[in-house]
Amino acid sequence: MSLKIVVLAKQVPDTRNVGKDAMTPEGTVNRAALPAIFNPDDLNALEQALRLKDKHPGSTVGVLTMGPPRAGEIIREGLYRGADTGWLLTDRLFAGADTLATSYALATAIRKIGEVDLVIGGRQAIDGDTAQVGPQVAQKLGLNQVTYAEEILKIENRVATIRRHIDGGVETVEVPLPVLVTVNGSAAPCRPQNVRLVMKYKYATCPLERPADDPRADLYAERDYLTLNQWSVADVGGDPAQCGLAGSPTKVKSVQNIVFQAKESKTLTASDADIEGMIRELLDEKIIG
Amino acid sequence: MNNVFVYCEIEGTTVAEVSQELLTKGRKLASELGVELHAVVAGTGIRRKVEEQILPYGVDKLFVFDGKDLFPYTSAPHTDILVNLFKEEKPQICLMGATVIGRDLGPRVSSSLTSGLTADCTQLEIGSYTDARTKQTYDNLLYQIRPAFGGNIVATIVNPEHRPQMATVRSGVMQKAVYEGKARGEVVYPEVGKYVSPEAYVVKVLDHHVEASKHNLKGASIVVSGGYGMGSREGFDMLFDLARVLHAEVGASRAAVDAGFCDHDRQIGQTGVTVHPKVYIACGISGQIQHIAGMQESGIIISINSDPDAPINRIADYVIVGTVEEVIPKLIKYYKQNSK
Repeated sequence: MSLKIVVLAKQVPDTRNVGKDAMTPEGTVNRAALPAIFNPDDLNALEQALRLKDKHPGSTVGVLTMGPPRAGEIIREGLYRGADTGWLLTDRLFAGADTLATSYALATAIRKIGEVDLVIGGRQAIDGDTAQVGPQVAQKLGLNQVTYAEEILKIENRVATIRRHIDGGVETVEVPLPVLVTVNGSAAPCRPQNVRLVMKYKYATCPLERPADDPRADLYAERDYLTLNQWSVADVGGDPAQCGLAGSPTKVKSVQNIVFQAKESKTLTASDADIEGMIRELLDEKIIG
Repeated sequence: MNNVFVYCEIEGTTVAEVSQELLTKGRKLASELGVELHAVVAGTGIRRKVEEQILPYGVDKLFVFDGKDLFPYTSAPHTDILVNLFKEEKPQICLMGATVIGRDLGPRVSSSLTSGLTADCTQLEIGSYTDARTKQTYDNLLYQIRPAFGGNIVATIVNPEHRPQMATVRSGVMQKAVYEGKARGEVVYPEVGKYVSPEAYVVKVLDHHVEASKHNLKGASIVVSGGYGMGSREGFDMLFDLARVLHAEVGASRAAVDAGFCDHDRQIGQTGVTVHPKVYIACGISGQIQHIAGMQESGIIISINSDPDAPINRIADYVIVGTVEEVIPKLIKYYKQNSK
């Protein structure tokens, strides 16, 4: 039984390695100062998809992402690791989307892709940590969902058996296809890039990523697989009122760069005298006992 | 109509503590808005077992959905219950725990009702909002306040037009307290079949295994917490030694958990547990906002860091500039020498 799998992936600023210049003096995020990476949990999701492809010959894995043209990088990264295809949703009308508007856009694209057996995404993206887009897509498409998955154990007779984390424990569930699964960062890590695939796809680009006088125009004309799918709101038949900022019920009222109320602190060295002094102070004041 | 709702999560017939914390917060919000606090709970065999765990927190009306296969939790039946109940009741606010269940259920409900949802809020307040573009002002909105962007900023989110305004909150962020005032305390038992379609029960739970938590981080009076600066899982052994001596619990920053030094259930911060101990000892923790959000209300904060400019030092009462390898054994030694 072959499977048609869509992996949801997001290009995110690497918020785990924030330098001192990550915030502008006005207190907004200086995106340019942060490297853009493949969202970590989405790589775990890609691995689960690729394992299913290995087990079920004839299956296809496609990477679906939404973002500015440079997010085409995410699709290439997927192709280098074994995905078969990808789609970039890019349009100014998609910009400023909250999780609900994002899920609308992704759901509309998945409908256009059609006949999908599994949608697999990371549990959450590191720039928002909401974990909302997966379940919101599932609801819009009327799909079953399994969140916090650790491993897709097997698929037989169109029923998936999945092990997942729950608070304080684990659960194993059976769910009929089609299903949307979100995968934990603690699941199996993604396989590395395959050198042969890197060679094959290194010039694969979305039309919007290419300069006007692209020197590789002939190459693109000759090799179809080097032109990645690039879809606008109109291409997926989306309703602009439900996309981007316009389609987002949540509004950001204010953003603050937090300045902590500095306390009057005692600075100590690691010397025996300093540490014994502190311990005695805490004991004397019955703070520890 | 227009009330504040709290979704109460259960394990078996025990109501989750985070739900009780949210009931207390929801009570305050409802009183401020002059509306009622309603609660909803769904499970199997819970009738006459859960009411007394929910009503004391100031609930005016409790909806108990008791039916076959509502426990263990699966997404679709619980989504159907909330979506159909909310279509009838039209609440203005809905709160749920930022647990595995709340984060599975909240987005489905919000997607179905096209209402806004904000995850992992650290503060909830009532206030007004003026749309910069339309100049329209909205009163009595729920301010959903949360660290964002990996914890580098704090954002206040509002949902001006859509109801309910939905938010999830982590365990320990709000404090639970039995309500001293008067609440109606009505309990109703709606017929599950009127809310949940038979097709919703498609996911079969083959095996459901939950262990009681191995630690009491939330209730600990001293917390010894380690960050990426601990260097390794073995480095954390030193923290457990210190914790044993001090009768403390061990916590960790997200960076330490992500690096595999410590188990996820000990993570402190916006996306982990929030703690309020008398003493918080931060060892090798730089102090991102998302971590500080989970511990800033500690009584005395001691920071041990080789970097004198670590952000956490700004909120610390004692800053010990030194390596954890050097300082922690000395803490153990001098505590043993000086305590009776």
